[in-house]
Amino acid sequence: MALRVKALESLLVEKGLIDPEAVDAVVEYFEHKVGPRNGTRVVARAWTDPEFRNRLLADASAAAAELGYSGRMGEHIVAVENGPDVHNLVVCTLCSCYPLPLLGLQPSWYKSAAYRSRAVIDPRGVLEEFGVALPEHVEIRVWDSTSEVRYIVIPERPQGTDVLAEEQLAALVTRNGMIGTALL
Amino acid sequence: MNGIHDIGGMHGLGPVAPVADEPVFHHGWEGRTLALNLLCPTRANIDGRRHERELFPGDRFLVTEYYERWFESLCSLLVKEGTLTPEELASGKADPAAPKATPRLAAANVDAAFSAPGNTYARELGQAPVFEVGGRVRTRRLNPAGHTRLPRYARGAAGIVVHWHGAHVFPDSAAHFRGEDPQHLYTVRFSAAELWGESASPRDFIHLDLWEPYLERA
Repeated sequence: MALRVKALESLLVEKGLIDPEAVDAVVEYFEHKVGPRNGTRVVARAWTDPEFRNRLLADASAAAAELGYSGRMGEHIVAVENGPDVHNLVVCTLCSCYPLPLLGLQPSWYKSAAYRSRAVIDPRGVLEEFGVALPEHVEIRVWDSTSEVRYIVIPERPQGTDVLAEEQLAALVTRNGMIGTALL
Repeated sequence: MNGIHDIGGMHGLGPVAPVADEPVFHHGWEGRTLALNLLCPTRANIDGRRHERELFPGDRFLVTEYYERWFESLCSLLVKEGTLTPEELASGKADPAAPKATPRLAAANVDAAFSAPGNTYARELGQAPVFEVGGRVRTRRLNPAGHTRLPRYARGAAGIVVHWHGAHVFPDSAAHFRGEDPQHLYTVRFSAAELWGESASPRDFIHLDLWEPYLERA
């Protein structure tokens, strides 16, 4: 594949369709400038600032932009909140839609046939494969990303974290927690 | 289209296998493939691009890597649109007679372009939404041969409208160069039992974003 991709890249450069340095810059952007760290800061702010939490639940794209996070595939973000009786799980059964400005690129498992096929028909079984066993009384809300709306889960704030500052709280938040395949 | 991409509800595709500390790209070519997709101009919009990836041959779909499919789909789209000739693609050399374009995005502008607020897919629409939040709807049994965002597993099913997003670009039209044809977009909540039968957990619910033409009153 490496040779075929290189050949296409050279051809597109020769035809003036792309700037080769822009290819490097895009790779650099996804490897180093966007990622789940953005989402962890949004979650930590929501945990510590009730007004921000309300704005996030009302319009997550606008709230994330307050912290400087926006971009393609983040035009219509919806935040869904976990609680003692509700657990949210995000999937895209038709392709691999994902809230890119807040989480970066998808992990392989999110794009896999195994996850995409079963998240909607057997969410509890899928969660068990991630080591998450939810009590039977917990309602599971699966969000299948069929439109340009993108979903991010606000996990429950772990107990005993009252004394932590926002930055320390952000460090507790995981990517899988924001997809719904992990508890914190 | 009823393609292999529309995979929700299938069994037999193995357990989910999360990898700890996975790199963003597993190989250099993956990142470059994504970048070529994002940088190279096409007439196809986001829906047309998505549909092109759905057209990847079904018998090879599941055994081909994600970014390999992105690579193949970009090649086929560029040839279909006449941006590249099959000869150019095969030889890797530009036809000397072909006009030379100017790249749309320079390296210096990549970060700003990618982190700027994206273009909204919401559109103003003169007519009011047909369905109201809290109302009961049923998805139509549609089986279009072209692009659609109504998955097979959720066709002919009754649910409750839980959110109205306003009107959004309609992928079924936009993917096929028939215009944006904005339609009201709703989030609809289905019980797992409605989609999968009575043995499903009564406390599982599946939500899908569905455009008005997918729905009828239940």
